[in-house]
Amino acid sequence: MPAEKSAEAELARKSRRSFLALGAGAAVVAGALYALDTEAMEDEIPASLRSVLRFNEKVVRSTLFSNDHLVATYPASAIGKLKKNGDYGMDKPIDISAWRLEVAGRQLTLDDIRTLPRVTEIIDFKCVEGWSTVTQFAGARLSDFTAKFAPGGEKSAYVGMQTPDKEYYVSLDMPSALHPQTLLAYEMNGAPLKEDHGAPLRLCIPVKYGIKNIKRIARIEYTDTRPADYWTEQGYDWYAGL
Amino acid sequence: MRGPTKIVTGGLFPVKVLEEKHKLATRWFHWINFPVLSLMIFSGMLIYWAYDPYRIGIGSFTLFHFFPNWFYDLTGIGQQLAFGMALHFAIAWLFALNGLAYVIYTVFSGEWRELLPEKKSLAEALRVAMHDMGFKVPLPPQGRYNAAQRITYSLIVLMGFLSLLSGLAIYKPAQLSWLTALLGGYEWARFEHFWLTMGYVAFFVIHIAQVIRAGWASFRAMVCGYDLVEGKNAG
Repeated sequence: MPAEKSAEAELARKSRRSFLALGAGAAVVAGALYALDTEAMEDEIPASLRSVLRFNEKVVRSTLFSNDHLVATYPASAIGKLKKNGDYGMDKPIDISAWRLEVAGRQLTLDDIRTLPRVTEIIDFKCVEGWSTVTQFAGARLSDFTAKFAPGGEKSAYVGMQTPDKEYYVSLDMPSALHPQTLLAYEMNGAPLKEDHGAPLRLCIPVKYGIKNIKRIARIEYTDTRPADYWTEQGYDWYAGL
Repeated sequence: MRGPTKIVTGGLFPVKVLEEKHKLATRWFHWINFPVLSLMIFSGMLIYWAYDPYRIGIGSFTLFHFFPNWFYDLTGIGQQLAFGMALHFAIAWLFALNGLAYVIYTVFSGEWRELLPEKKSLAEALRVAMHDMGFKVPLPPQGRYNAAQRITYSLIVLMGFLSLLSGLAIYKPAQLSWLTALLGGYEWARFEHFWLTMGYVAFFVIHIAQVIRAGWASFRAMVCGYDLVEGKNAG
């Protein structure tokens, strides 16, 4: 039966060709995974993935991010117990009376920061690990702080912040830093900031993961070259925007 | 896959003819999705490990915790949150684009007519399921997909879409706060994202079992698109 023969032969031909293609596809995937596994690292993750994170950042910053996009806020009854998840840069006790905030060549006291309008917000603090805790923070808007103590700073591309011992440090893109819900916080859950949570002054930036919410800030700088960022060096996304 | 069986009446011998079972585009979407979804699940596990609260249980009684330490030890999943996130947010593009391309193709090619469940699908699917479990139930006439497949494959596409939405809701809960709120909030979105993934794993197990049951010709048809069926004798 020539018709049947040709049908079987045709199927065999199609099948051979398709399985070769499938095999080639599998080889491409295996090759890509091998390349990912062996390529040079950029800050602890494969450089190609770092590029995609930068691409994602561009997409988000150009299409999504807006000062009008506010994070959800909650009633006081929703406040949970924020755990202390890291003490990088805080392993020694601090003499709060001697603490000063260094910015634009000045040494500010907490009272200087208290002269700015006090803003309270109850937000969902989100850890990069995946958990979150509703927490109340009170402090000064970083945008107000910048306007008063580092005027012109807002024209820079980045803000960098450090602990007194420089053991912990973050850098932020300016739009996120100037977001209306970004605070230099001196109170948490209705009481002065406790040492575990970064007394006397920490960052509350709910448009970012917790890793950017640096505690015990000693220095703030405004710059066009991106300052170092602790967790970026450990492989995390620099933007870390929510 | 069971193709329509045609009764041969015209000739002395039944003649095998080629029948197209799956379109080229469908096969591409399917086989691209396989490694892509696998990598999404793998990188998702690397992320989930850092905070793994979900379990099956009531009150203080836990039947199964996702996941026990032996599982993490066995699979080597753990301590790779940063890599997991970077991989997840890279491969997510492929998952989303491949999935959206598939949906657009299915809508515009008219293939959706053979995929979406019909009114009679639920009753028929029950018969298919009973037949597959070994009961002597006559099968209803089958199109490209039987009723059980129509329901399952449509559901899996819908799940993919929900995975994309819940993923975006966890990824950008500030910029997409409306979406996060729509899904019940940040924690609910993460919960939904997780259980959708467990749904894929369950689907995968059943899918593989069904492919093995259906046999080599059905697997081959998903790769090359064709199978031999008995056709009318042309000669």
